[in-house]
Amino acid sequence: MRLIAFAAALFASCAASAQDVGKEIQRYRPMVAAGSPAELFELPGEELWKKPQGPKNVSLERCDLGEGPGVLKGAYAHLPRYFKDADRVMDLESRLLYCMSTLQGRSRDEATARVFGSAERPSEFELLSIYIAGESRGVRIEPGMSQPKEKATYELGRALYFHRVGAWDFSCASCHGDEGKRIRMQELPVLYKPQYARPVIASWPAYRVSTSQVITLQWRMNDCYRQMRTPEPTFGSETTVALIHFLTVTARGEPYHGPGNKR
Amino acid sequence: MRRTALALALLAPAVWADPTPQDIQRIMQRDFHPRGQATMERVVQDGVQRVCTETHDRPPPDLAKALEADQMKTIVYPEGSLMGDWRRGEAIAQGGRGLTWNDKPGDPAGGSCYNCHELSPRELSHGTIGPSLRRFGSARGSSSEVQRYVYGKVYNAKAYNVCSQMPRLGASGTLTSAQIKDLVALLLDPASPVNE
Repeated sequence: MRLIAFAAALFASCAASAQDVGKEIQRYRPMVAAGSPAELFELPGEELWKKPQGPKNVSLERCDLGEGPGVLKGAYAHLPRYFKDADRVMDLESRLLYCMSTLQGRSRDEATARVFGSAERPSEFELLSIYIAGESRGVRIEPGMSQPKEKATYELGRALYFHRVGAWDFSCASCHGDEGKRIRMQELPVLYKPQYARPVIASWPAYRVSTSQVITLQWRMNDCYRQMRTPEPTFGSETTVALIHFLTVTARGEPYHGPGNKR
Repeated sequence: MRRTALALALLAPAVWADPTPQDIQRIMQRDFHPRGQATMERVVQDGVQRVCTETHDRPPPDLAKALEADQMKTIVYPEGSLMGDWRRGEAIAQGGRGLTWNDKPGDPAGGSCYNCHELSPRELSHGTIGPSLRRFGSARGSSSEVQRYVYGKVYNAKAYNVCSQMPRLGASGTLTSAQIKDLVALLLDPASPVNE
């Protein structure tokens, strides 16, 4: 939000004078140190949320992310959760896909043609995720765990975490199973333990400094499985949602403080 | 009626039982799709993956021994010396490509060794999931027995420790026999930086 306020101020001062811009850049530096460039994507994310699209030419503003149609405050911190209308547990991205289908009338193929974007052009899911997650800052992470399907999804996610598979015999725990381990210089959080899951999960989605990209948890699941040498998990599938749910339940209680930065 | 309710209550825990590896495999077969060289048979567990999943990587000793003996049979030793070129071995140890859905099939793969192991003292960016291999050869020499052990371990780590986290680099088709020989040299050649 601070960065967005700054971006707005920057536009305003562009119209004013170059000298003012210089002053604004001075003001900008400590803001970058304190915040994340991810915040710069909240504004385009909000625009996308409000933009009429699809055969029905409507926006996503009536999408129910679990707190009621159009309610964004705290919605991300309470996902994944069970949705009666879809009769399944959904994370943010699978829920957005559901709303693109039901509200906007878009086909799954069209809506998922480009789920992971680039530095130059983030995907719709990335922009929307950053905007919506930002509306949960300070809200405690509390994904759904009361419904039978939520409990079953959690158990599935936990089993997936330890399931050895693929051409290299890895499970999630092959890398994220023991404390104090690294791949190259990268420290590996033991994500089935709350003290490690909490700070990690509370900062997704995020801005990835090494590639200048916005990244989401669906991307993270996809890229871990790529490196595990399995086939590709389908975007928003039960497998990916179950893992995200398991990790998020493990992290529950942590105040959401993203979108954050990743290496 | 009351009896039925009791029976249902007793059955209820079964609904909450952890999904079995068989359940997970069916779910993965439904939720994953082939891409590039990453085809769907990769979500079908073999015996090693199944047992290690079921036992959380701690199989009973008898079963572990039987599976290791089984894996030992997969190792194909080439004729002649097992020592290749440690310089090529260093490049293979650095490389992390191979077998993912965005690697081009047929391109030479790396061994991803530095991802998990310390080897040359000149490479500070090394992982710690596996043990340090610094001075591996200085400590053990480079007899044909040691060469055979290193070649076999790289070819199929599960023949020595069935639930090892190390990939079966030869048995999975990741590395060629010539590449594994180069890795043997990286570890055992007295001139290799690993043995400085």
